[in-house]
Amino acid sequence: MNPAAFAYERAETLDDALRLLGDHGFDGKVVAGGQSLLPLMKLRLARPELLIDIGRLGALRGVHELPDGRLGIGALTTYADLLDSVLVLQLALMADAVPHIADVQVRNRGTIGGSIAHADPAGDVPALLLALGAEVVARSAARGERSIAIEEFFLGPFATALEPDELLTEIRMPAPSGASGSAYQRLAQQASGFAIAGVAVVVGQTGGSSADGPVDDVRVAVTGVGDTPYRATAVEAALEGTTLDRPSIDAAAARITDGVAVQSDIHADRDYRSAMAGVMARRALQSARERLFEEPSPGRVESGG
Amino acid sequence: MKSCTVLGVQADGSTVRTVEDLAPDPDHLHPLQAAFVEHHGLQCGYCTPGMLMTALDLLERSPDPSDPEIRDALHGNYCRCTGYQSIVRSIQAGAAVMRGEPATAWSPE
Repeated sequence: MNPAAFAYERAETLDDALRLLGDHGFDGKVVAGGQSLLPLMKLRLARPELLIDIGRLGALRGVHELPDGRLGIGALTTYADLLDSVLVLQLALMADAVPHIADVQVRNRGTIGGSIAHADPAGDVPALLLALGAEVVARSAARGERSIAIEEFFLGPFATALEPDELLTEIRMPAPSGASGSAYQRLAQQASGFAIAGVAVVVGQTGGSSADGPVDDVRVAVTGVGDTPYRATAVEAALEGTTLDRPSIDAAAARITDGVAVQSDIHADRDYRSAMAGVMARRALQSARERLFEEPSPGRVESGG
Repeated sequence: MKSCTVLGVQADGSTVRTVEDLAPDPDHLHPLQAAFVEHHGLQCGYCTPGMLMTALDLLERSPDPSDPEIRDALHGNYCRCTGYQSIVRSIQAGAAVMRGEPATAWSPE
C-alpha cells in the first residue's frame, strides 16, 4: 500500500532539523530509521504532511561516555550499533534484550531514539530504559536543551512529553553501581513479535553483592500491558529489603498490574494479559535474582563484549 | 534492510545492492543461488531475493554459521512454501562453497 502524499525535507544539520521542527512541528513528523513510521504511513494510520528526515545527522549517532560516568547514546544509534558497542553490552539488561528486538533488518535501520519517540505501548525499549533509569535529552530551537526523566516521558499510547518543536537527541544511562542482576521476559504475540506482556527487572545491592543479603534497589518495568509502559512501583516496594526469596517474589509479582488499566485486544483479553504479566514478572525477578547472587555484574568492566 | 521500509529518497546518493548483483553473468549463478537451486531452497520464489540477501549478510559476518544462527538471521523473512528446512540446508551448502569446499548434491534426508 502507498502512503498518502507528503512532502519531504532532509535535515543536513541539527540546527536545520530544529528549524524545520520549529516551523512544521504540528503537521510534520520526524523520520529516522522509519521502521515504525513508514509501515503506519503505508496503512494510512499516519498521514504527516511533511517528513523531516534526520537519518543522516551523524552527530546524533553513536555511544560515548559522559564526563559524569553516565553513558550517552545518540538518538540515531541503531539496534545494530548498540550490539556493536562494548559500553552498551556492559549493561547486562541491554546485552540480554537487544538481540531479541525485532529482526536483523529492523535492527539495522531502527533507532533507539525512534523507538521511544514512537512510544508504542508494547515496545521493548521503553521497558528497558525504565528499568535502567534512563534520562531523555530533548532540544528545540526556541528553548535549547532540557532533560526528561524516563518515568515522565511516556504520556499515553504513541504520546510523549516531547513538545511539537522538540527533537529527541540523546538517551543517558546511569553508570552501574554496586552489584546488580537483571532480566527481561516477554510473552510475544507470535506474528508481530510485540509484547503481550513484557517485564524488565534490575535488582541490586548498592553496597556490593552479599549472597542472600537484602536488596535495596529494585526496578521493575512493564510493557504491552497498560496504555503506556510503566514502573510497577507496588512490586518494587514489596521487594525492597527482602532477599528475593521465592514467597516474596510470588507475592510481589501478583501486584504487577496494581493501579494499571490493563489493555484488552484480540490477542489477549484483560484477564489473560494480567495473568501473563504476573508470570513474566515472576520469571524475570527469579532470573535477575539468580544473576545477582550467582553471577553478580560488577558494574562496568574494563574490557570485553 | 527491507526495501519496503526505506523511501527511495532516503537512499539518495547511496549504493543499493540487490539480488541482481549476485550472479556474475547471465550464465552463472552465485554459489548461494546455485545452492538454493540444488537444495530446493525455493518453490514459488517470491521470498528468495530477501532470503539470499539476508543469508549473504549473515555469511559475511559469520562464514560457518550453526543452524540456529541461520534461523535467527532469517527471523524477519517469511516463506510460505518451503517450511524453511530446505532454505537452511541451502544456506549451509552455499556457505560451504563460499568457504572453498566442494558443492554438494541434494540428497533426501
